[in-house]
Amino acid sequence: MTPKRKQRLFLLALMLVGVSVAVIFLLKAFNSNIMLFKSPSDIVAGNVQEGNRFRIGGMVVEGSVKRNDEDLSVEFHLSDTANKVPVTFTGILPDLFSEGQGIVAMGSLDDSGMFIATEVLAKHDENYMPPEVADALEKAGKMPGTAANYGGSTVVQP
Amino acid sequence: MIAELGQFALILALCAAVVLAILPLIGSFIVQPQWMALARPAALLQLLMVTVSYLALTSTFITNDFSVLYTANTSNSQLPLIYKISGVWGGHEGSILLWVWVLAIWTGAVAIFSKHMPAVLLSRVLSILGMISIGFMLFVLLTSNPFERIFPIPVDGASLNPLLQDIGMAAHPPLLYMGYVGFSVSFAFAIAALLCGELDSATLRWMRPWTNIAWMFLTLGIALGSYWAYYELGWGGWWFWDPVENASFMPWLLGTALIHSLAASEKRGVFKAWTVLLAVLAFSLSLLGTFIVRSGVLTSVHAFASDPARGKFVLYFLAIVVGFSLLLFAMRAHKLKGHANFELVSRESALLLNNILLLVACAAVLLGTLYPLFLDALDMGKISVGPQYFNAVFVPLMLPVIMVVGIGALLNWKKDKLKGRQTTLLALIILSLIAGAILATQFDGYKITAAAAIGLAIWVAASSLYGVYYRLRNKRDRLSAAMHTPAAFWGMTIAHIGMGVFTLGVALTSMFADEQTVRMGIDDTHKLAGYEFRFKSIDEVRGVNYVAAQATFVITKDQHSVSTLVAEKRVYNVRRDTMTEAGIDGGLTRDLFIALGEHLGNNEWSIRLQYKPFIRWIWFGTVFMALGGLLAAVDRRYRVAATTQKRARNAEAASGATR
Repeated sequence: MTPKRKQRLFLLALMLVGVSVAVIFLLKAFNSNIMLFKSPSDIVAGNVQEGNRFRIGGMVVEGSVKRNDEDLSVEFHLSDTANKVPVTFTGILPDLFSEGQGIVAMGSLDDSGMFIATEVLAKHDENYMPPEVADALEKAGKMPGTAANYGGSTVVQP
Repeated sequence: MIAELGQFALILALCAAVVLAILPLIGSFIVQPQWMALARPAALLQLLMVTVSYLALTSTFITNDFSVLYTANTSNSQLPLIYKISGVWGGHEGSILLWVWVLAIWTGAVAIFSKHMPAVLLSRVLSILGMISIGFMLFVLLTSNPFERIFPIPVDGASLNPLLQDIGMAAHPPLLYMGYVGFSVSFAFAIAALLCGELDSATLRWMRPWTNIAWMFLTLGIALGSYWAYYELGWGGWWFWDPVENASFMPWLLGTALIHSLAASEKRGVFKAWTVLLAVLAFSLSLLGTFIVRSGVLTSVHAFASDPARGKFVLYFLAIVVGFSLLLFAMRAHKLKGHANFELVSRESALLLNNILLLVACAAVLLGTLYPLFLDALDMGKISVGPQYFNAVFVPLMLPVIMVVGIGALLNWKKDKLKGRQTTLLALIILSLIAGAILATQFDGYKITAAAAIGLAIWVAASSLYGVYYRLRNKRDRLSAAMHTPAAFWGMTIAHIGMGVFTLGVALTSMFADEQTVRMGIDDTHKLAGYEFRFKSIDEVRGVNYVAAQATFVITKDQHSVSTLVAEKRVYNVRRDTMTEAGIDGGLTRDLFIALGEHLGNNEWSIRLQYKPFIRWIWFGTVFMALGGLLAAVDRRYRVAATTQKRARNAEAASGATR
């Protein structure tokens, strides 16, 4: 082997090692950071392990939002029209959070079946429903009067 | 009338694009100079027509012509003029029209600034740009026509999403598109090179400034988007690894790799096929980004109203572009083989390392962004990939890049033993680490990681500056030598220092930021990071098109007044959207950030208080990088080279004529 070839081989081996290390890192990080999406029906059916972090989506049930007078915790029910799950969250809810709105929450279940949310997302457009939520609702059998997308003069108010 | 004019102009532009895409390309193969000569006028005609079309749409916004559906959905008579103008790209249809316009501008710019480019190359480059143009114009005309009318005509429009009623958001899309679409020029050069079967350094010299400018715009666009998210979304974060952010970040990563591999290809004739591949991939990722944003497959801030037909169109278009380019690449790439050799320690190796790491980083982002989509498409469950994944992968991949950036720039081409520089570099490393260790004591709670991060940032700057010194070391008159150093060299140095500034900002913000969400009533005080925040008052104020609850806070530190901040909760009149306007006291070493949450009754509010040390350095760093890109693009060498070439060609033509 000429010295030049040796050097090339070395370079190649170095790259190979580097890329493999990177791939290992990558897959490891990937596996430990995937978050599953569940619907309230999945949870009621016991499809979720207690303590695991996951995301849940649904509509905030009308009249279910209860704020604590002392601190910033709030409790509400999330429903996919077939089933509902109690959720608690401490902090500032997004601007578009309101009853009847489709939202996505991140967190885990405690042993009493309460979903402890660490993050609540509501989208920045009242006509927009997160695809996951729309899907969960559809699976549960009901897609309430699909927030119609623009079009026509009905949405335009003076 | 104006709307129909706009649509008609767009159809004419499509005709111009068809001519542009076909005749010059064929002409370049069958050697028909007249056909090739059509490229420039066709490109300019296309630019003119798209401009007319775009201005027509803008005029329907300004004149409140709500008989146009898109205008009625996106604008409103109460909207301030500036947001009527920026509102044109506030929805899907208009933003795609903006895309088409930007593409026409780039195409026109290539046509104008390429007087000295060989006719065959120019006609092919412009033809390929014309083909892309056809794709996007058809997209507008077939799936997203912004000029559609509605009847009955509404009294007023539905107004622009209040999130977009902001000066930063007004400028973000055009900048981003200038970057995204700018990579189409590099792409066109790459494909033209494949068609020609050669990629000589003259072509590469044409390609470099265009790529640099596109990269500069993309850098600024992403940075502005990040800054906007920071002050407008009310969370105080600057990057969320949101799929749409990733969509713009992936072309940036590959674009960064591309500008580096272009340097190696031009100077040393190596990595030519690789450079072509990067140009193809960077543009493909720009298209993928468009697909991700416009198809509505993702949950994201950017996913406004969406339509599957549009997603499909872009997906097919993407498949055609990627398919044909890769096929062409497979058939022709072997012709681009370089012959130059280089040793293990050389600038080529450093650039190769940079490229590999950037590509792997891009692949990691791509995996995290697309994997959930694939699973969903195959109906295998819904998942999301959190920011932790991206951080865990991205940081270890980027650290080596940042560590060697200064040394790489210092290495000679072909072969380098670092003779005479080893001691200095070693000294610089040690001094940087010591400086880092000392400076880290300035923060509450000593962190060894903070010392390392500060040391790293100083090392990047110091090694880059040492590169300047090393270049000028043997010159007698250093100042005049510095004046004569090519702009590209300064551009590189500034961009690399920008990396250091950026790294420092990211590291310090992530390590020392403090945040608290609290419940506060009037005159309540709260302490955070040594600052005392007092909730002074809350008032109702009226803006042009909104009503706001405006909270005033007085901030003191050790009894000294620091600042008075105003944070607002706005309710917009037309759409009844609620918006948070954060109060921010910006500074070189820290930002103080207050966002109003909800009214909890009894004049008590939930309030988010944040202390963000060195967060501005993140954006300063990106401004440095963009400035570096600009300097590199305006380097005289590219123009001089072009003129010399022209002279050579003229001489050749003259001698040909006398023969």
